[in-house]
Amino acid sequence: MTATDPAKAASRPVPVSIDPSIAPPGTRNFRDAGGIPADQWHADQNGETLVPTHCCFCGVQCGMYLRVDKGGKVFGVEPRNHDINRMRLCPKGINAYQQVNHPDRLTAPLMRRSRDEEFKECSWDEALDFTVSEIRRIQEAHGNDAFGLLGGASLFSEKTYLVGKFARVALKSKHVDYNGRLCMVSAAGANKLAFGIDRAGNPFSDILLTDCLLIAGSNVGECFPVMTQYLWGARDRGASLIVIDPRETAIARTADIHVAIKPGTDSAFFNAVLNVVIAEGLTDEAYIAANTTGWEEVKKTVAAYPPSRSAEICGVPASQIVQVARVFAGADKAMAWHARGIEHHSQGVENCLSVINLCVATGHIGKPGAGYGTITGQGNGQGGREHGQKSDLLPGGRSITNPEHRKQICQIWGIEESELPGAGTSMMEMVWQMQRGEIRGLIGICNNPFVSLPNYAVVKDGYDTAEFHAQFDFFLSETAANAHVVFPVTTWAEDEGVMANAEARVVKHNKAQEPPAGVRTDTWVICELARRLGAGKHFDFPGSREVFEELRVASAGTVNDYYGITYDRLDETGGIAWPCPSTEHPGTPRLFEDGRTYHPDGKIHMQVVEWHPPMDAYTEEYPLSLTTGRTVAHFLSGNQTRRLGALVEQTPRPWVEVHPSHGFRNGDPVRVVTRRGSEVFPALVTEAIRPDTVFIPYHWPVPTSANALTIDALDPRSKIPEYKVCAARIEAAERVDEVPAPPTPPGREAYPETQVSRTDPLPPTSPQGRGTAERS
Amino acid sequence: MMGRTIFIDPGRCIGCQACVSACRECDSHRGKSMIHLDYTEPGMSVASLPSVCMHCEDPVAPCAEVCPADAILVTADGVVQQADTTRCIGCSNCVNACPFGIPKIDLQAKLQMKCNLCYDRTAYGLAPMCATVCPTGALFYGTLEELQAERPGVQVADSFVFGDVVVQTGVAMVVPADKVQWPVPGGLPVVEINGRDVR
Repeated sequence: MTATDPAKAASRPVPVSIDPSIAPPGTRNFRDAGGIPADQWHADQNGETLVPTHCCFCGVQCGMYLRVDKGGKVFGVEPRNHDINRMRLCPKGINAYQQVNHPDRLTAPLMRRSRDEEFKECSWDEALDFTVSEIRRIQEAHGNDAFGLLGGASLFSEKTYLVGKFARVALKSKHVDYNGRLCMVSAAGANKLAFGIDRAGNPFSDILLTDCLLIAGSNVGECFPVMTQYLWGARDRGASLIVIDPRETAIARTADIHVAIKPGTDSAFFNAVLNVVIAEGLTDEAYIAANTTGWEEVKKTVAAYPPSRSAEICGVPASQIVQVARVFAGADKAMAWHARGIEHHSQGVENCLSVINLCVATGHIGKPGAGYGTITGQGNGQGGREHGQKSDLLPGGRSITNPEHRKQICQIWGIEESELPGAGTSMMEMVWQMQRGEIRGLIGICNNPFVSLPNYAVVKDGYDTAEFHAQFDFFLSETAANAHVVFPVTTWAEDEGVMANAEARVVKHNKAQEPPAGVRTDTWVICELARRLGAGKHFDFPGSREVFEELRVASAGTVNDYYGITYDRLDETGGIAWPCPSTEHPGTPRLFEDGRTYHPDGKIHMQVVEWHPPMDAYTEEYPLSLTTGRTVAHFLSGNQTRRLGALVEQTPRPWVEVHPSHGFRNGDPVRVVTRRGSEVFPALVTEAIRPDTVFIPYHWPVPTSANALTIDALDPRSKIPEYKVCAARIEAAERVDEVPAPPTPPGREAYPETQVSRTDPLPPTSPQGRGTAERS
Repeated sequence: MMGRTIFIDPGRCIGCQACVSACRECDSHRGKSMIHLDYTEPGMSVASLPSVCMHCEDPVAPCAEVCPADAILVTADGVVQQADTTRCIGCSNCVNACPFGIPKIDLQAKLQMKCNLCYDRTAYGLAPMCATVCPTGALFYGTLEELQAERPGVQVADSFVFGDVVVQTGVAMVVPADKVQWPVPGGLPVVEINGRDVR
């Protein structure tokens, strides 16, 4: 392992901007305010050092300093004037450091031979040998593809590269996928179809230059709070803000236009907006003629979506559709950013394509302040799929079914092409295959499907059916609690590596402390498993740095070109956006400035989009839409944030958000029933949601799990689950179910002060204050 | 008014409580936050508002005025410090006197605690923790000119009316442009209740 000396890291030059002329609002004066610069402030206090790194959570990837005491332990956080966030942090980022030395950390491998036994701590050799013997047993009896691997998008890119290589070279299995499949693959698919490149078109700083910002299906204030400064920066310049969301979120509250759309109708809405744009002559015909294909077919299709028809489908006034069209198309420069709200659907790819069609038809693309972006949910949701962790991709975004691409990567890896497996299936499909006995063994790395996958009953059944299950994690997650072997691995603060944020800007995380005794890096564990499986010569990596060097070479010449990005350059610049083909290249923060896309013909391929209803049909029995999302205090499955006292205190339990028209009062126990099951939550009665829609945040396990109710229908192209809409009904219940505490590792006491569970049906404490008082 | 101070813009608050978490990180009261978040229209809207010490200027800090132990120092630059731990007797007079509901008493330690404008940071020219991290600029630290340079046309008020008493504060609040001449009633920029003009 290549360690970074914290003292040396702290003395590195302050990062400089990609575009220093652009600074988010309210930040310009912090550094020149006199006195000691923020990044040197603590450097000499009590032997304390500041290690520059980034937050471990969402796709904004805020820069931060970890405070390290003279004993070498992380004990605090200090804001960092990084180009992305300019000192800003959200509550998750501020509290993130508390998990590094948390008492719940796993510090020895856990093992049991069957699920009937209790976990026992064991040596690393025992855990590794048992895992390897189970892999061999299953593969010898049922073939290589009977063993699968599920990675995670919170891993550094080096580790996601290793996950893909390990599955194909050491396991020799086609079954590898990752939890980014649940994140932004719909946007990825749409961008690939339209532009031939899978990333946002513009950097965050372009938001400050736009005249009209359209946010579709993204609760920016809670899910990506630090991005809000860019929204306000644009508005300070006079930009209009359009928000498309079934709920009146914090940013929708102050938007110029808030379209409270019915879940699952986004493409009908955007088709109608484009219909109005065409009808009012607001298209950029010169741009379309010079740069696109497929426009005539798109035009024909959207003709069938007049505002009157879409207004009925979407449950919004037709006048709003016309208004959105005029404001967006009429702006000098307009941008559209979207997130899971339009992507988590059985037509997630089509929803994203309908937004792209709108941007392209109005010529709002490839210019400062004009373009599109997708807001990544996970820290490395973007980078996590770029280098071969996804079932159909090889490093550099190469296709595993393309003979030329296969040949290239086999040369780099030093294997025969016949040894390289084909495309596997997606994360949810792998669970179905486990249920059917087609996949009999599984290793999970850095994911928690017991909370994060839809239709919990199916997920539990799939994992229970598997003969062997191993999990890498630093806390005992709900999924790890089901495993036969749990490997205790490092947190983000105990290793170095890169992540790509929502702008496709590659940033470097630095090591702030040594891992606790007994804990190993994911890189070490993967390489050790490979060695014991007989593939050691392909996995001779002492640490992340060496993996990154191979990754750079493996990506050279592809669309996802990392070749010009080095650790040293990342330390000097604070981040470089790919493609970056040479070490002299400045990176590519903004795409298509020369009008050319990454398709061989250089054109934008506009795609026809037809709206179809959600997979779960509404009936008299299930008349409402259930939609799910995040709260600001928690991250994904909550395995990390549900252990941190301040975040638990901020949002101790889930709730169901219902409109006052249903007759409930705040705190009433409400049973939410779908075709998958039913659960009881306290009501949060608010006018900030549509009467025909209910909302549950999804960070908790059963018996208060939104994903016990959601449907495991998938988008046919991206295979993303339809989390954001399913048919439901609500009814009065007697009592609210208890919020379960996270599983506690064997031999440890529970830590009640870090987990607050409420059994009484008190009105929920919402970070947004929704419904915290009685309505008069 | 007013040098470098905090400006509160409730219109930008997204209720994320980053300020609350950041305040807990302050070295002078680690683990305890001196900020709280108010919800102005619960059940109707997601509107929220962070409350920090307003650092009253005229009359000089009611909390300091009523302190029987002279434990609350007001510095020359107008910062109302938290109670001096060697003097504070934990009597709660300051809690009762504050029109904004800011000081808190640690009942076990019998000590008052409140926002001291991160004096350990502002003395070095840094912004207070809350304003440093605030993702939206709902808490802004700087001068009025700096605020107006970034937010053209923005207007602020630093006087608050409580019945017959007007309190002038060091911390100011962003108000609608045409309301700047009016003292803010009750500490909140309320101009209309149930459609009725209450200015």
